[in-house]
Order: sequence, then C-alpha cells, then structure tokens
Amino acid sequence: MTLPEGVERRAFDGRDRLATRGEPVYGEPTDGPWRLWDAGRSKLGATLELGLDTGLVGGESVLYLGAASGTTVSHVADFAGPTYAVEFAPRPARDLVAVADGRPNLFPLLKDARKPETYAHVVESELDVLVQDVATRGQARVAARNRQFLRDDGRLLAAIKARSEDVTRDPDAVFEDVLGELRDTYEILETARLDRYHDDHLAVVARPRSTD
Amino acid sequence: MSDHSTDAAWFRDLDPGDPAAARDVIEHGSAEEPADWPAQAVDAGFADDEDDYYTLLHDATVNATREAVRERERADDQQLKYSIRAMDDTDRTANELAERVAEWAGALFDEAGTGVSGARDVAERDPDTDAEERVVSLATRVVDLADEATDLRAFVERTAPAVAPNLSRMAGPVLAARLIALAGGLGELAKKPSGTVQVLGAEDALFAHLAGRAPSPKHGVIYTHDYVRNTRPEDRGSAARALAGKLVIAARIDHYAGDLRDEIHEELDERMATIRARADE
Repeated sequence: MTLPEGVERRAFDGRDRLATRGEPVYGEPTDGPWRLWDAGRSKLGATLELGLDTGLVGGESVLYLGAASGTTVSHVADFAGPTYAVEFAPRPARDLVAVADGRPNLFPLLKDARKPETYAHVVESELDVLVQDVATRGQARVAARNRQFLRDDGRLLAAIKARSEDVTRDPDAVFEDVLGELRDTYEILETARLDRYHDDHLAVVARPRSTD
Repeated sequence: MSDHSTDAAWFRDLDPGDPAAARDVIEHGSAEEPADWPAQAVDAGFADDEDDYYTLLHDATVNATREAVRERERADDQQLKYSIRAMDDTDRTANELAERVAEWAGALFDEAGTGVSGARDVAERDPDTDAEERVVSLATRVVDLADEATDLRAFVERTAPAVAPNLSRMAGPVLAARLIALAGGLGELAKKPSGTVQVLGAEDALFAHLAGRAPSPKHGVIYTHDYVRNTRPEDRGSAARALAGKLVIAARIDHYAGDLRDEIHEELDERMATIRARADE
C-alpha cells in the first residue's frame, strides 16, 4: 500500500522509518525538513508502518479524538488539511496547545470525546477521517457518537485499547466485543494487532455504514 | 442548512477581535450536530474566505484551549489542600462541640442523645428558658458545622479525581486529598521518596523514632487504605511499603502527565494479592 502524500520512509540510523515534514515537537530525530514519526510512540504511525490500507492520501480533513500531548496529531497535521484535535485532560492539553501554536491547520479543543455536542459548534461536518485513540471504557460508543462528523465514505482509524475496556479479560475477547458494537454504526474494513509496537492494542480501519 | 444549525455556530454574533468572547463560546457553547461551518462563516461575513476562516479558527481555538487549560490547572491541588483541611477542622470541631452540647443538654432535657445526631435532636427543640435557648442555639451551630463538613467532603470527592486521577483512583479521593495536603501540593507529593509518603501523617512517631525513643512507624495516613488496614498486622509493613511506592508513582503521573493509566493499578493489585497470600501459607 502507499503512504499518504507528505509521509515518507527515510533512513534514520540506517533503518527506514516513517517521517513527515514539520516543526519538531518532542526532540525527535530530523533529516533536513523531515522528522521521524516513531511507530513506537504513535498508534497511527504503527498502523501505517504495519501497512494497513488507511485510505489516507494526504490533505484530508481530520477529527482526532484523544490527541494527548499532540505527538501523533502533530504528524497528522503535517500531511493532512484542517485537523481538529480533542483532548480531555488539562495537563497533556497544555503541550497540545504548544504543538498547535505553530501549525495553522491544527485546532486544539479541551473537550470530552464522549460528549460531541460540546464541540459540534466548532468542528465541521463531512470530515474525511476520524482518528480515535481514547483510553476510556466504551470506545465503540465514542466512535458511534462521533460518526456524525464523518462524510459517508469517510474513514474511522481507531486504536482500540483492550485494558481500557476490561483489564482482567483476554484482549481478544475484548476486541471481539468492541468490534461487534462498532458494527452497529461502521463497516469494518481491516484490523491488525499493534503488539509489535503497542501491547494489547487493535488497529481498526472502518467506514460508516450507509444510513439508508 | 437550516437557520437552527447556524444559530449554534461558535462564530455566531462573535466579533472576530474579541478573544475573550470567542473563548467563552468555544468552551461553553454546544450544538446538536455539526455543519459546514467554514462555508457558513463565509456566507455570514464572519470570514472573507475559507483560508481566512481557518486562520480565525486556529487563533480562537489555540487561545481558548490555552486559557481553559490554565484555569483548570489552577482549580487545583491548592483548593484541594484547603478544602480537606477545612473538612477535617469542621468535622473535629463539630464532634467536640457536640460533646459539650450533650453534656449540657443532658442536664436540661430527658432523653438527650450524644454526638452530632444528638445535637441535631437538641437543635429541633423549642427552648423554654434562657439556658435552653443557649444550648439549642449551640446545637444549631454544631449541625451547621457538620453539614459544612459533609459539603466539603462532597467537594473533595468531586475535585480530587480532576486534580489527581490516578492518585484518587488508587487511594480514594479523600485519602488522595490528605496526602496532597500533608505534602503541601501535588507537585511536592510527586517529588517525595516513597518512604516519606509511607509515614506522612505519622511525624510524631517518626521523630520519636529518630530520637531513639520508638520503633520506626510502618505507616501514616495511608493506614486508612483498605490494603493496609485489612492486611494482617505482620504483613502491614510490606503492604504499606508497596502501597506508598505505587501512590508516589500515581502522584508523579498525575503531576507530570495527567492521564489515567490502568497499568499501575493492576500492578498494585497483583503485588497486594502476593503479600496477602502469605497469610494462607
């Protein structure tokens, strides 16, 4: 599969790694205008690294749920178009603001992803991509509630964290349940375990189910 | 698009040169559903074109989020520190005064109860004499103080999880607040070694030990935690040490990162299961 425009594999320390072009944010290695996108620190980076067909081509409009300190979302904003970044916790949001300050297409919001009505007056409709990386119980419900921001042929790119749903159960069983619930609102296109980079996480590529 | 949806747009009635108003509407506004805000903003004359809209949106969201973060971080560990201290003071004072009321009321009325609940009964009475009036009035103060303590506890329970999510989940909001207050703040707690946190609140015993007059204390306020109190006495030192170690890690995550992490809670549960299993050997 091809990487979106604006994301390339570049040699860092003799290994080909993902990179985007933008202002460095957390001391990551750079190569001219390119900066390393570490799959070990980014679930979306790992998803691309593992070769899932994300449908990303570059320039998309994006809603990113669970932006945390902005590590991943900074790379997304490097290759995407308008990027809305939602984060609930104040401390990481402070870093997110700093990341957004130098990126004119990145819009940080201190909001709870479980309550889309609190940001629907700011985030536009018909977006191309919904990226979700929220460490909360009810991850399928979060994706369902935020379906309203996506265009009909848009993409949900989610990293499902098994431990957030139930720490005691087998991750595979948790993933089955979450995917089952996701199928009410989305058609699952592809999944892959991210264990090589992130323990007990499942990458999911999905598109909204047709409403008619 | 219907007029209704435009009504909800964050830029409706907004002067682009008024960042405070923009912040307010971004933070507190809402809409039932999203719409094509960039196009509507251009139609409404808020922005010249889409690029201009995104520039305005960027400046407004960066400013609004920066301010909201600043405010949320200030509504914070210091408030928690004052409120838990006030809660303990009102609790203690209410109980002390309730004893005085019980002693006095027992001399004036039949069947006067004890404690705060006894004071509640006394406060309901109609006084007949000057002395009765005084004791009923005093009982009313006791009830007010006890109610204030309850309200303060509710405030602590609401605030602690926002200030220190991991610490509150591990210790419960009240103990979390106590540890923060004893340390002087969340940042101060995060910088303490775990051995200090283990004996926070047992300073008298600790200094007696350092002066060579007593054995070292095994635990301070963390004694109230189920993992210490309900572990058999010979394993309590281990339990307190393990708990204090994880509490400090929780405080550090809360202070430096702020996100909820399941792993440390699982690790503590596992460690405690191991310690408690010794009792079965």
